[in-house]
Amino acid sequence: MKLARFLVKRLLLIPIILLGLSLITFGISHVIPGDPVKLAAGPQARPDQIIKLTQEYGLDRPLPEQYVRYISNLFQGNWGYSISNKRDVFHDLVTYFTATLELTLVSTLIGLVVGIPLAIISARWRDRWPDHAARFVSIGAVSVPVFWIAIILQIVLAQNLHWLPVSGRFDPRANYPTTHTGLLLIDTLLAGNIPAFFTALRYIIMPAFCQSLLVIALITRQLRGDLLDILRKDFVLVARANGIPERRIWTRYLMKNALIATISQLGFLIGFQLGGAVLIEYVLDWPGIGQYALKAALLLDFQPIMGATLFVGFIVVIVNLMTDVVYRLVDPRIGFA
Amino acid sequence: MSLNPLSEIPSTSSAPPLLVTNSEPQNRLTRWLKDHASQLSDIRRGLFRFSRNRLSMIGVVIVLLGLLIAITAPLWVPYPDDVTGSVNMSIRLHPPSADHLFGTDDAGRDVFSRTIMATRISFEVGVIILLVAITVGVFLGAIAGYFGGWINQVIMRFTDIMLTFPGIFLALAISAALGRGVLNATLALSVTWWPGYCRLVEAQMLKMKEEDFVAGARALGAGNLRIIFRHILPNLLTAIIVKASMDFGFAVLNLAALGFIGVGVLPPEPDWGSMIAAGRRFIPISWWYSTFPGLFMFITVLGFNLLGDGLRDLLDPNATVR
Repeated sequence: MKLARFLVKRLLLIPIILLGLSLITFGISHVIPGDPVKLAAGPQARPDQIIKLTQEYGLDRPLPEQYVRYISNLFQGNWGYSISNKRDVFHDLVTYFTATLELTLVSTLIGLVVGIPLAIISARWRDRWPDHAARFVSIGAVSVPVFWIAIILQIVLAQNLHWLPVSGRFDPRANYPTTHTGLLLIDTLLAGNIPAFFTALRYIIMPAFCQSLLVIALITRQLRGDLLDILRKDFVLVARANGIPERRIWTRYLMKNALIATISQLGFLIGFQLGGAVLIEYVLDWPGIGQYALKAALLLDFQPIMGATLFVGFIVVIVNLMTDVVYRLVDPRIGFA
Repeated sequence: MSLNPLSEIPSTSSAPPLLVTNSEPQNRLTRWLKDHASQLSDIRRGLFRFSRNRLSMIGVVIVLLGLLIAITAPLWVPYPDDVTGSVNMSIRLHPPSADHLFGTDDAGRDVFSRTIMATRISFEVGVIILLVAITVGVFLGAIAGYFGGWINQVIMRFTDIMLTFPGIFLALAISAALGRGVLNATLALSVTWWPGYCRLVEAQMLKMKEEDFVAGARALGAGNLRIIFRHILPNLLTAIIVKASMDFGFAVLNLAALGFIGVGVLPPEPDWGSMIAAGRRFIPISWWYSTFPGLFMFITVLGFNLLGDGLRDLLDPNATVR
């Protein structure tokens, strides 16, 4: 019952947030000094063509009218067309988003597999060399400029050692697998196409590793702090006094409590990553939503900019809500207030 | 200092009466020291703990070196002309040597000089971004948390909206819309940076305003503004400083990211991001062009993050027990 009220309260906020997002984005994309129509019409366009296109896009109307029309079109499933590639924005968004989703899932997996042991080692041997090493790794991971490390990895792993492909999502010479979910790693497995699976895997390793640096850093930092907090709690002392083996204290008593805050941190990280890793996708040519948004922003292509912001904003809001619900279900002490 | 109550007794009993202590100006210092003994010993203990943490000390050294470089670079940089965009095509893309530590770029300019000078502009912009973000964020967060009600709703929902923009995307859209250049990039990053501080201050404010000392100040007739700015905010100073020290490195990284994409600092002005982007075209043969500016930036940001992490460990009240 409390859960229902909590959900209703939070769901009612979503339209407000999206309205705000759309207003701000519309504002920014319509004060642009550049002229998207000239861009669309091309350099050889005659003045009358430009006037015609301006009318076609409705750019001669007053701004509030343009905004209302844009929003009502959204609800009818018409997200507009990209001026640069003439494709339907919504269709593009879904395609590009699945690539970002795949990247996010893999990098989060890497982040957890590396981050959780790192945090445990760090907390277990606090202020000894394993702790220093683990902290150095996690702080170093957020200090690296991702676009730089991506370039360095490209030089070393792809161009010098030829271990991994230089960039992209799939071998352009190979047959692109039929898509069901849009996630290549899963689609290739579903089709039973093992070589294609490994091709897709080779392509995703480099971008996913670059992306996972942030996950590793934040997960390690959060979990280490929580573990150290809980280690001081009385129930740990009691458990030790009762002679419960240290291994059991860590698995049964500590991890269960400490992972709660990590769940909320993880939710934030997933939402953040689904917004698109602009720089990684740009450098390593991963066809994700960040790359899509970047191209649109540089070309001042306003319908894709609007569409991408609202699409990603909606997803971030939903992910945050889901995180809050899971967080409260796992830890009943917090409650749905 | 005064942990042992027994050690206090002889000193207090042998001290001259209050009247005498006041008459001698030199004793005001000793009195001040005595009044603040517990804070001073806290600080001393903190500094000691901080200095024992090798990672934090590495951070301090890197940050101090970085600041020194940022301030003094124009005085000793080996090729000052290269910073403003001179062209020497005869020594184009030379590998690192004794003359050019980091090699030369595609216009024959010294990469070392440009990397060093980029520290200056990065730090300037980082400081401006944080100052703007802290001023706006703290002010809005304090008001939202203190007054609550609909004021809180309006400010915090607006903050939520700003936080919903994915990553660097809002900054990117703003700088693309306003046009390229360092000023617009600074503005864009400042706009995206304040919500974090707003959230932090609002959450603390909600807790703090229920404390007894606030009720006491109000009972003595202090107004709302006085309570917020004189009584509550000083208590949040450490939290804000810790966050700022962690944020500075990220601000520098984000400025470089905008430069890398081409909407930040404009060439020929030196900037780590735009240098890495320019060098990318000459990889893999002229590897030094992208590598060294990135490495230099990495170490600088690492320094700030190590320092920030150490500070957080030290000042975070939840993490003080050893």
